Amino acid sequence: MSTGASATPPKQLAGRHQQNPLVHAVTDWGRVVVEAAISIGNLTLFSLNTLSWLFTRLPRRETLLQSFYQIGVRSLPVVALTGTFIGMVLAVQSHYQFSDLGLETRLGAVINMSLVRELGPVLAATMLAGRVGGAMAAELGTMRVTEQIDALSSMGTNPVQYLVVPRFLACLFLIPTLTIMADFMGVVGGYLYSIYFLKIDQFHYYQNSAEFVGTWDLFYGVIKSLFFGAAIALVSCHQGFHCSAGAEGVGRAATAAFVISFVLILILDLVIGILLDNIYMSLWPGGASLF
Amino acid sequence: MVDQLRKSTSYEREADAPIIEIRKMSVSFHDQQILRSLDLAIPRGQTLALIGESGCGKTVLLKTLIGLVKPVQGEVYFDGRNLAELNDKELAVQRMRFGFLFQNAALFDSMTVGQNIGFQLREADRQQQNEIDEIVSLRLAEVGLPESVKSKKPAQLSGGMRKRVGLARALAISPEVMLYDEPTTGLDPIVSDVINELIIRTRSRYPVTSIIVTHDMRTATKVADRVVMVYPLSRLAAGEPQILFDGSPRELVVAKDQRVIQFVKGEAGERLMEMREKSSQKHGRHSNPESRIPGQ
Repeated sequence: MSTGASATPPKQLAGRHQQNPLVHAVTDWGRVVVEAAISIGNLTLFSLNTLSWLFTRLPRRETLLQSFYQIGVRSLPVVALTGTFIGMVLAVQSHYQFSDLGLETRLGAVINMSLVRELGPVLAATMLAGRVGGAMAAELGTMRVTEQIDALSSMGTNPVQYLVVPRFLACLFLIPTLTIMADFMGVVGGYLYSIYFLKIDQFHYYQNSAEFVGTWDLFYGVIKSLFFGAAIALVSCHQGFHCSAGAEGVGRAATAAFVISFVLILILDLVIGILLDNIYMSLWPGGASLF
Repeated sequence: MVDQLRKSTSYEREADAPIIEIRKMSVSFHDQQILRSLDLAIPRGQTLALIGESGCGKTVLLKTLIGLVKPVQGEVYFDGRNLAELNDKELAVQRMRFGFLFQNAALFDSMTVGQNIGFQLREADRQQQNEIDEIVSLRLAEVGLPESVKSKKPAQLSGGMRKRVGLARALAISPEVMLYDEPTTGLDPIVSDVINELIIRTRSRYPVTSIIVTHDMRTATKVADRVVMVYPLSRLAAGEPQILFDGSPRELVVAKDQRVIQFVKGEAGERLMEMREKSSQKHGRHSNPESRIPGQ
């Protein structure tokens, strides 16, 4: 009687494989990779669908204005407040480091450069992802769960065109404004703290800021913010559209919208930062440097 | 505008051809088959009640008729056109010929009742606001709701009122086909009867074909011309047709199939025994009381 592997019943084989930790680990990793590939594919298709509707038919003015108000105007106070405090915190931390080197007067350049190029855009985007991204995912998720999205489709209205495009446009067009607001309030916060609390010489503070921070730096931050805004809108709306049933599904979609948006903001910050630096270096090889 | 769209998409059709036809349609979700090889033809002007127990695929069947769910096999024809062959724009035009009353009305939370009812008119027709307002008021009156409801948000309404607003919204552009997903579920018997009356009144007022998904035998027998009973695939033997009954409400009452009789009468029958057996197996006990006695 044959006792070879081929004679082993499939159930026993499956059981043996389950016990092998290596096979188990490879299976788990394989599943994670496949699921990630599917998610990226779905998000890409969703983004292409949104972009195609952007060029097919624009949303109605009142729908757009409502989204602009909810996403842009209502985010201004929180972004302004965050910007102010970040400017002040930067002043405190930079002063602590720079005073040891006797470079306090360069504080203006450091604070303003960091704010305009990095912290302003990233913080404005993070606040937008937290305040608006989660809310968008929860709102669309609830609409999915309560069949409101099906109702839209059943009435001949494309839900992507009606629900996603206005939110996408609002995030895309208003994040530069929010970024400039964060930059401005950060610059003001850093200036006030440096001059009135740290007693830095006002003339040198201004002189160094004006010398090192240029239009390109502002442009650099604003360009990055456009990508952040697009990523927040697409990720959040995608999470809402594909949320699973029930309150748990909606909650999970809102959390995932923020987490994925935040990770994407950081990845985009790095990639676009490198890209813009290369563009700058190729356009102006002898560009100004901080020191 | 809707009339123009209808004219632009109309094609030659036989006078007695069914407005909706399903041919050998199967639907699956994540490897789980819900509907198997269904054939169904619905003539123009008919009121069809789709009955069957929860999870048998009635709502899925309703959603396939409007292209919200895509079949994995078979075809759905609406007015002679295969829905699978339509592009998004053509499908949107066809969908404007339907009215859909969802199970929980699916009213848009962010809009007022007036905006909900006028939504399709605003989005599709681009009519003047005063014309839209007139139609909204007319539809509200038709479903027996006061004008004051217009400015309220859906969250401020009772279940029955939400259903009526949902019906008014579905009727806003005078659809050719009305789809009702469990219109009386969750409502008290009196409000349920009001909804049934509204469905009958709608049918008498407009030349509309109606498909009603319901568990409520009162709705099925009172409102429908024809009743179709769908059975869950998990309880069917291989090759057995999923439609157990197709006939008039009068024939339903004298149906021979035990499963149909059981559903109509609302009796659990052997299901109760099955449940008890499963429960005792789960708890490690035998269903046979004698086997519990040691030594026997």
